[in-house]
Amino acid sequence: MKPLAAILFRDMRIAVRVGGGALMGVLFFVVVVTLVPFALGPDLALLKRVGPAILWLAALLASLLALDRLFAADHDDGSLDLILMGRAPLEIVVATKGLAHWLSTGLPLVIAAPLIGLSLNLDGPAAAALVLTLLVGTPALTFIGLIGAAIAVTLRRGGLLLAVLVLPLCVPVLIFGVAAANAAVGGTVPFGTPFTILCALTLASLVVGPFAAAAALRQEME
Amino acid sequence: MRLSATDLACRRGGRDVFAGVNFSVASGESLAIRGRNGAGKSSLLRMVVGLVRVASGRLSLEGGDPELTIGEQAHYLGHLDALKPSLSVAENLQFWSAFFGADNAGLNEPLRAVGLDALADLPAAYLSAGQRRRLSIARLLAVKRSLWLLDEPTSTLDAAAQVRLAEIMQAHLAGGGIILAATHGALGLDDTRELRLADTPPPSFVEEDQGGREQQET
Repeated sequence: MKPLAAILFRDMRIAVRVGGGALMGVLFFVVVVTLVPFALGPDLALLKRVGPAILWLAALLASLLALDRLFAADHDDGSLDLILMGRAPLEIVVATKGLAHWLSTGLPLVIAAPLIGLSLNLDGPAAAALVLTLLVGTPALTFIGLIGAAIAVTLRRGGLLLAVLVLPLCVPVLIFGVAAANAAVGGTVPFGTPFTILCALTLASLVVGPFAAAAALRQEME
Repeated sequence: MRLSATDLACRRGGRDVFAGVNFSVASGESLAIRGRNGAGKSSLLRMVVGLVRVASGRLSLEGGDPELTIGEQAHYLGHLDALKPSLSVAENLQFWSAFFGADNAGLNEPLRAVGLDALADLPAAYLSAGQRRRLSIARLLAVKRSLWLLDEPTSTLDAAAQVRLAEIMQAHLAGGGIILAATHGALGLDDTRELRLADTPPPSFVEEDQGGREQQET
């Protein structure tokens, strides 16, 4: 447990310090969402209808923003060599790094969403549903992103490749996340149907992500 | 404890780096690995800790923990210092010692040994190259492991720090440790055996398990 706690605290500490990714993601999220009402105009009904989709899209892009450095930074400064030599299984180390990344970049998005949602005319129940879907869905985005981050680790400009690899895999999460958030404000399907599938997607990504990412890292270190 | 290699070969990017390397180092002994640039000194060290695949031959550690790989019982000091610039000197050391499973009680002692105790709260971004190297060396002292693999340990160190490193290595050997160091210069140890990697690339040798990727070098 101790090596994992060490990784968790180190990564979160780096994320909140100068040059870390924690603030970058949430600022990007807030800026993008704030621009939408200016682009669409003050049509409250329209904003309310597209609000959940805009927030989910912005959250998806924001959570990708700092992901390309997740393993690349450790690779570039030699830390990854030592991590591979450690006694903790690489899969669990990778999952721990994913957790640290989500806590420092994903969770702030979930907290900021209801506040910034006000500018998209989201009322109480809609905001609550949105927060719930983001809380369940953003870990899936991070853990799917782990795979891309691990594959792009040795590339100098891995960010673009990461987006190309990861975004298609995130489409199901996006579909069911937005569907659940929309269902809460009135739709033909009950909230539970898409939300349960979203939960399933997240659980699957929590399992598949670390194993696939660890396999990619091992392959690249050869 | 004894680390031995039998007929070890390394192959990277389809090219034979070295072949037929044999050595055996016991507790309290040190081995300096020498050779021209690209002879595979770093690859040999990385192979011992499991970061480069063994193309053929055998590596074994007698007297170690059979449950653990050699890399899990060794310290590796590579070209890169594995430091995070936004963390302080003490935080960097604290992380690695916690990751390698040591208690945080005695972190001042390793920092004092490498002369960085006064800079403990300084972010590592402000350290010079030599100070960064000394901080990496402190990691070897913070977590006790008997096998040390050092890649150019004296590079970027000034004369005083090189002497200090020699004392640290001598103390490690006196405590029953093993040191393998890839180096061009002198290590400053009393009696170091030398392993010279071949000056010419080995004649390409045929492997049983890898077909199709053979590249003949003339």
